[in-house]
Amino acid sequence: MQLIKSDINIDFIGKQKIGFIISILLILLSLGSLIVHKGPNYGIDFVGGTIIQIKFTESVPVGKIRTGLSSIGLNDASVQNFGQDQDNEFLIRTSNQKMTDKGLSLSIKDAVMASTGIAPEIRRVEMVGPQVGKDLREKALLAIFYSLLFITIYISGRFELKWILSGVTAGSLMTAVYFLSVFNVSMVVLITAALIVTLVLFWTLRLKYAIGAIIALLHDVLITVGIFSLLNLDFSLPIIAALLTIIGYSLNDTIIVFDRIRENLKGSNKTDSLPLLFNKSINRTLSRTILTSVTTLIVLFALYFLGGEIIHNFAFAMIVGVIIGTYSSIFVASPIVLFAHKR
Amino acid sequence: MKSFTFKSVSIIGVILAAIVFLLPTFLNTWPHKKINLGLDLQGGMHLVLEVQNIKAVEVEMERTIQEIKKQLRKDGVKHLGISRLNDNSILAKFPVGDNKSAFETVLSKNFENLIIQKPHTDNNIVSFKLALPEKEIENLKKMATEQALETIRNRIDEFGVSEPDIRIQGKNRILLQLPGIKDPDRAKDLIGKTAQLTFQIVDDEADVGSALNGTPPVGDEILYQTKYEAGSSVPIKTPFLIKKRVLLDGSLLTDARVEFDQFQQPQIGIEFSRKGARIFDRITGENINKRLAIVLDKTVYSAPVIQDRIAGGKARITGSFTLDDAKDLAIALRAGSLPAPVKIIEERTVGPTLGADSIRTGLISMMVGGFLVILFMVIYYKNAGLIADLALLINIILIGGGLAAFQATLTLPGIAGIILTIGMAVDANVIIFERIREEVKSGKTALASVHAGFDRASLTILDANVTTLIAALVLYQFGTSSIKGFAVTLCLGIIASLFTALVVSKGVFNFVLKNKPSKKLSI
Repeated sequence: MQLIKSDINIDFIGKQKIGFIISILLILLSLGSLIVHKGPNYGIDFVGGTIIQIKFTESVPVGKIRTGLSSIGLNDASVQNFGQDQDNEFLIRTSNQKMTDKGLSLSIKDAVMASTGIAPEIRRVEMVGPQVGKDLREKALLAIFYSLLFITIYISGRFELKWILSGVTAGSLMTAVYFLSVFNVSMVVLITAALIVTLVLFWTLRLKYAIGAIIALLHDVLITVGIFSLLNLDFSLPIIAALLTIIGYSLNDTIIVFDRIRENLKGSNKTDSLPLLFNKSINRTLSRTILTSVTTLIVLFALYFLGGEIIHNFAFAMIVGVIIGTYSSIFVASPIVLFAHKR
Repeated sequence: MKSFTFKSVSIIGVILAAIVFLLPTFLNTWPHKKINLGLDLQGGMHLVLEVQNIKAVEVEMERTIQEIKKQLRKDGVKHLGISRLNDNSILAKFPVGDNKSAFETVLSKNFENLIIQKPHTDNNIVSFKLALPEKEIENLKKMATEQALETIRNRIDEFGVSEPDIRIQGKNRILLQLPGIKDPDRAKDLIGKTAQLTFQIVDDEADVGSALNGTPPVGDEILYQTKYEAGSSVPIKTPFLIKKRVLLDGSLLTDARVEFDQFQQPQIGIEFSRKGARIFDRITGENINKRLAIVLDKTVYSAPVIQDRIAGGKARITGSFTLDDAKDLAIALRAGSLPAPVKIIEERTVGPTLGADSIRTGLISMMVGGFLVILFMVIYYKNAGLIADLALLINIILIGGGLAAFQATLTLPGIAGIILTIGMAVDANVIIFERIREEVKSGKTALASVHAGFDRASLTILDANVTTLIAALVLYQFGTSSIKGFAVTLCLGIIASLFTALVVSKGVFNFVLKNKPSKKLSI
């Protein structure tokens, strides 16, 4: 069986303008949503707070749970259905962290039992202090930054044999970030600045493949975060795991295309045939690019629909990331490398 | 042919080793190493405590002040007050005169570790500022954290948690992983108790009421006793005016047990060491007809009037305890007090039913996803798809075996990692198969196409997987425990899929083509 014929020949490079417009629209939408919502919709992992998951044996109106919570002074707590309606499961979310010291879950259990008449089962309690939340936020940003940096070193090394050049560049960036972070410079500002410097450096150093890859990755991460922000979904620790996996995965697609481009470049020297050559490379690898995304999406959908509520958002982030990543390896990474080549 | 045999033997060896490691998870066999389940799957509590170890420094400074005062009294040196400042230095004031040099002598003889700043004179008062060297303060803090860890470990051991994991994290944090804990609230309560037991005299010469309205007399403090009326949950608080000086503390305890009074009300019997018993004997002898307050974590439990000198070093703590309260308090007293208060700064508790649910849904989605991928590969690549499916199954066995062999922890995100690997592992096979198809199209024979396909795809596959591996390794470094589980399965999955695609699939292809040299490839 063959879904994509081996002699397929789509003019991807010719359509790069459409791709750029779509990408820029998506990025603007993401940035817009992030600005309007003042950053991602951080879960308690990153801002601190408490969530308590409770389950009843029979259906209970949300209002009664709220009454119970107000009776112990938790007026700011939000109560949500968790999972399917028939599960009778709820997630209570509050910014109150002090009370967990003195049996918050017990007092919630008692209060909710008093107001609903049914004893809930406390299934999960998560409390993160504000300091821990701040630490995790910084660590997450650093993790994204480091993985981007290491990957670009690898790409420059493997594709352009510029191990030392890219290594030294990345090394000095890392040192700069480390030293500045000691002086309490805001991590967001720091990482953004470091990424911009990375882009400019790689551009001037003519690390074509690395710049194509890193722009594609930033594109994927930004849009995934943006879609989460648009849909007002919780941004928690597993989402960071998803983002890093997307970085690795999306690059996987990109590398396969790059590999072909490099292989085909070896044979030719004429600059005018470059768009043709890029197109050929993308088309020849298209079948594989689509197929692996399909198999990965199959398992991700299985995880999304059957994996349970806790892993739901993670699966969703991965689904978005895989789709965006597949798109970007064709419409973002390769055109940028071509652009850098023409320079 | 020979190298092929050697290769196939090592392939089978690796797979068998993985199966052997995987078996104990399902059966009770050698090597008896099951796959570790994370707290999110088996239920349990993850806590991060912050030791407020600056308090330990404060206590040490207060102790030093007491000692300096004692020494000055002994040597007959007058002073105008010695007190602790907020930055944990000591301010000592003296009237101008001989006292200055006398004080310096005392310091250089007995307190040579203190740094003395140049004294200054003002209004006929000489003030000294004394401080501990930075290094010693750091050391005190470190000791406090370590001692807190030991104390908490003792308490958890007595509380009865199987396989707890307790360790220091960073400078002043303690990480606790308590699998399968039944009563998380009680455990938290026990861990968080400072359990600072002191015996202090009640100041009956001054009036509590006026102290409540104004300031308590010098050397006194107001502490409360909390009691509950029978059947009521509203606490009744009674203030006491207590002399700050601690006559005896819990460090000299040798035992603490739950006992019952004549009304079957639980109370805690404590026993002092010989030194403690001597001190107890002396203080009861010196304070007959005064009230001796038994204070635990700044709360008065009881304040009986001392009728007579008490020898033998035994005492009782009474109060309105439930049996569990009394048991936990006895554990805390036996395990020793925390050198500084601790604060819970992170908690993640998962109940056992939720853990079981997570395992179930995780396995279901893994099986459904896996089945769909297997089906897809067979439909799309026919017989070659079967080879990819075989590689996929071996892949899952290798991940499982790897988890057991390295004693890594499987978490819910870890299961997601395995599921993701199922989707991504066929990628390597897809790359190879697509290459082989291309080679076949260019007119090569079956065997030549397979060889060319593997040769040209190998490096690409390696490149593509290294990047995901980099991301997974960074994730492992950054990870909290559940995310680490994801990074581990992802890493194992990548390595296993490299092995299955580049070694196993190739071996099977070679085997099939050599034994049944058909002219056509089913791909």
